[in-house]
Amino acid sequence: MGEALVITSGKGGVGKTTTTANVGAALAMLGHQVLLVDADIGLRNLDVVMGLEHRIVYDLVDVVEGLCKYRQAIIKDKRIDGLYLLPAAQTRDKTAVNPRQMRKLIGELKDEYEYILIDCPAGIEQGFRNAVAGADRAVIVTTPEVAAVRDADRIIGLLEAEDLRSPQLIINRIRANMVKRGDMMDISDMIDILAIGLLGVVPEDEYIVTSTNKGEPAVLNSVSRAGQAYRNIARRIKGEEVPLLPLESEEGFIKRLFKVFGR
Amino acid sequence: MGFFDRIFERPTKSKDMAKERLRLVLIHDRSSVSPQFLEMIKGDLIEVITRYMDIDERNMNVNLTKDEESCSLVASIPIIRVKRGTG
Repeated sequence: MGEALVITSGKGGVGKTTTTANVGAALAMLGHQVLLVDADIGLRNLDVVMGLEHRIVYDLVDVVEGLCKYRQAIIKDKRIDGLYLLPAAQTRDKTAVNPRQMRKLIGELKDEYEYILIDCPAGIEQGFRNAVAGADRAVIVTTPEVAAVRDADRIIGLLEAEDLRSPQLIINRIRANMVKRGDMMDISDMIDILAIGLLGVVPEDEYIVTSTNKGEPAVLNSVSRAGQAYRNIARRIKGEEVPLLPLESEEGFIKRLFKVFGR
Repeated sequence: MGFFDRIFERPTKSKDMAKERLRLVLIHDRSSVSPQFLEMIKGDLIEVITRYMDIDERNMNVNLTKDEESCSLVASIPIIRVKRGTG
């Protein structure tokens, strides 16, 4: 019997989809059977972040409506063993599915996969309620900004109302040099304010942009610091104790070395 | 503000401004999330206060007042009778 985690944030653009793709890929690389579910019906994105957009035949709504079996809709990633995607529908909207149907579907899928990561849409309306319906645990993604942390706080309250207690926080896109000079909230600031457990901290990393351009998860790259942070998060989800990566300013040793040799 | 601070005009760090703004906005957000919130506080207040006195529950008032700087909980609780021997 697997476990379903919803990746949510309230605010859009903080990195939910990137987090879902990378944490999922990292869990699969650790040898698990992992299914990523795109719950953002009408605005699907997880397929392009994963580079699987050309292989979609059926989608989540087709499965719920009984037009196909879930096995026909699920796409297997060819690069990473054990990684699968159930894409969202693009031409429908959030009302095409209801929380009861999602709960039933995720329940069935848990028999087959060890980890199900549900990529939640932004907002707090029906799309959110659908995405959290089948989840056993919640992961909240935020960035070190007032608006994102405020929305995360709201989401924590709504998750409690849905009986998803003790969600865990991922702080995304943190910039060590800005934290150092006092121009960005640091980890303890946000943990104090939100009063929830910390699952991981992902540094701002240009490699996320290039890997998304190519449609491949950053965790496949051994140099990417964001990739390393996502791999650590995957291990913490499994229950391992992994220390946080030290926050390194962008002018780190390796970068300086590259500069010395003119890149 | 200290003498040296004034001389060098050290500006407030922007992260401290972010934290302070968040603190205030969250007090507001959290207290207005559900209409049951004040009712829960009211119920607990009644439970504690009636150990010591009889109060007029119907004319009791519990409210949050907010301005830009702060947020306070204001309760107005009419007393009918103070119980003997509890003080």
